[in-house]
Amino acid sequence: MAVHTSGQSVAKAAGDDLTRGRSRDNGTPPGRLRRALGTHWYAWTMVAPVVIVIGVIIGYPLVRGVYLSLTDANERNVARSIGVNHLPATYEFVGLDNYVDALTGNQFLGTLGWTLVWTVSCVSVTFGLGLALANVLNRRIAGRSVYRMLLILPWAVPGFVSVFAWRFLYNEDNGLLNKILAGGGIDAVPWLNDPSWAKLSVIAVNVWLGVPFMMVALLGGLQSIPGELYEAAEMDGANAWQRFRHITMPGLRSVSSTVILLSTIWTFNMFPVIFLLTRGGPGEATQILVTQAYKFSFEISPRDFAQSSTWGVLILVLLMIFAAVYRRVLRKQGEAW
Amino acid sequence: MRRGIAATALVAALALAATACGGDSDNGDKGDKKSSGELSGTVTWWDTSTVGSEDKVFKKLAEDFTTLHPKVTVKYVNVPFGEAQNKFKNAAQSGSGAPDVIRSEVAWTPDFADLGYLAPLDGTPAVKDEGDFLKQAAASTKYDGKTFAVPQVIDSMGIFYNKKIFKEAGVEVPKTIDELKTVSKTIKDKTGKTGLYLRGDDPYWFLSFLYGEGGDMVDAKAKTVTIDNPAGAKAMTVVKDLVDSGAAKTDATDGWNNMQSAFKDGKVAMMINGPWAVTDTYAGKEFADKANLGIAPVPAGSAGQGAPQGGHNLAVYAGSKNLDASYAFVDYMTSAASQAKVAKELSLLPTRTSAYSQPDVSGNQIVGFFKPVVDKAVERPWIPEGGSLFEPLKVEYTKVLTGQTTPDKGAKAVGDAYRKLLKDWK
Repeated sequence: MAVHTSGQSVAKAAGDDLTRGRSRDNGTPPGRLRRALGTHWYAWTMVAPVVIVIGVIIGYPLVRGVYLSLTDANERNVARSIGVNHLPATYEFVGLDNYVDALTGNQFLGTLGWTLVWTVSCVSVTFGLGLALANVLNRRIAGRSVYRMLLILPWAVPGFVSVFAWRFLYNEDNGLLNKILAGGGIDAVPWLNDPSWAKLSVIAVNVWLGVPFMMVALLGGLQSIPGELYEAAEMDGANAWQRFRHITMPGLRSVSSTVILLSTIWTFNMFPVIFLLTRGGPGEATQILVTQAYKFSFEISPRDFAQSSTWGVLILVLLMIFAAVYRRVLRKQGEAW
Repeated sequence: MRRGIAATALVAALALAATACGGDSDNGDKGDKKSSGELSGTVTWWDTSTVGSEDKVFKKLAEDFTTLHPKVTVKYVNVPFGEAQNKFKNAAQSGSGAPDVIRSEVAWTPDFADLGYLAPLDGTPAVKDEGDFLKQAAASTKYDGKTFAVPQVIDSMGIFYNKKIFKEAGVEVPKTIDELKTVSKTIKDKTGKTGLYLRGDDPYWFLSFLYGEGGDMVDAKAKTVTIDNPAGAKAMTVVKDLVDSGAAKTDATDGWNNMQSAFKDGKVAMMINGPWAVTDTYAGKEFADKANLGIAPVPAGSAGQGAPQGGHNLAVYAGSKNLDASYAFVDYMTSAASQAKVAKELSLLPTRTSAYSQPDVSGNQIVGFFKPVVDKAVERPWIPEGGSLFEPLKVEYTKVLTGQTTPDKGAKAVGDAYRKLLKDWK
């Protein structure tokens, strides 16, 4: 987009245009708005489609969601028109009642607690594994490209396919995992039927799905660290840990801070893994905020649109707070992005 | 780098937004408008019967409708039972993609009707022989003084058992919960197999135990929530004890498939199930000889024996563009002749009195067994919230079975959820 990269020259070009335009204009001085539009009309035209598209696909649902969260809308009172039946909307504005309910009840806070555990454990394990694998693959080892291919494989498989495959593996009676354990003389593990095992199982699947992304991103970061630094450190007598601690980690910081932020947001909202693997069960043991919000508006009857939107807005707010804090912390450490 | 991250974040945000709004596939073709006289157009029917066993019979039956009305096209769509309610709601609410006729579970019917999704059928050909239908079956089709569906099949639950395993263990069919426990123990000791498979992911399978202890979900006449009465908590204790004592095994995910495969492969000796499972069960290797399958009433609890009344209705979508053809289709699918065919091939119970006198029906053993069970079955509350009662129960029932809560607390939590759902009930 030339408009963004060289704003000044466009303005200048547009200004030239303006001079020519004004001469046709009988000399009346244009208003501030018109002047601004006149100066940057080209930029506005270029940006307009994007603004409109974003407005329609993000802005409208967002505003509508926030509005619904301030009402008591559910399936029985929203407007609908089915053939001969025309039913007007009868839901009412209830202010912040939904937010008060969510934040004072124990359902939201309980789900939030598990969501945080889920996010932190998934991201930290994924990052640790990804970093370790990236370091291994960054060395000259035989068959390196084959390993890389294999390790990226989980990423290439569509998410729902992997999750269904895991669901078969986890099956208590007929699953491969329990068959292998039985071969070793170990009793069947209730992977998805016991609350604690289910939590462990969903984390394991998400880690499995997330490692390739981490690995590839960190591998890229590792490759951008100049080899001379390591050579110099070695000359100075730094051992492997010191080289890792003082060259690799700082060198990776810009990559790792980005992937951790992204991975946190993705994991926090990782709908398919939970939904397809356990549907939030057993009971509500593995229900995270997004799957619960989905449940409110699609699985219970009558569908509770208001509560679902409330949870949605709260999720958005939480993630915004997280991103802001994270950014600030990074800036304090001298990393601006 | 800075711009790169902004772009990545934007892409991520877009991806999140895109995944957030998953749409359903909608097929908007509704066929032609009806011309005067002969029926024409397309009737799309969402069937929810079991794929692989029941669906073939229903598909054939539905398509035979065109021999009566050659200008009508029948579009048969099988929607898995577990998804049909949501799919229909999505389609009906958005006004596109809904079928003309849906096979609606009995508890869904008043819910759909209350939401305005169904066309009233009074005075249409669909209900021309109203008097012929079994009273219990017709009860779930009424809402607000109008009829919104026609009963297609009626069912209840019994205990399915593997006669071979019973013989091996030398036990008789249990008639009470206590007998069930001793029978299971004997089976375990003698054959190493588990006695009973109990679905832990669907509270419908809990209802027999609830009724057996004299409980119920709600009392619709007195507008009272009854699930958290002592009887409700007792029923929770009973199922928990069955699992803990090893008499029954359970599962919180894929319950249906696991139950069917365990029973069909002879890994468990008993399961609680209904006539809809018969055809699928016969397909299992243990039941290549159909005589190996025994069916008996569910074991009685401390207050007696009880099984829920269930079944399916056919309802017409209010937004259908081919209402007349749809009414005729519903009438045809629920006619005594069609019901007799279904009973013959799938052992499903007809909803018409006249169908029971047909030889195909009266000669069917399974139908013969289930008819008295259905006659005695516990009628469920036919209120719009009837279907909504299951979700809170499911959560707590699974929690009780997996040890996340106690039976008392579980029953109490369901009661609280019901009171929130049913405003101004006691």
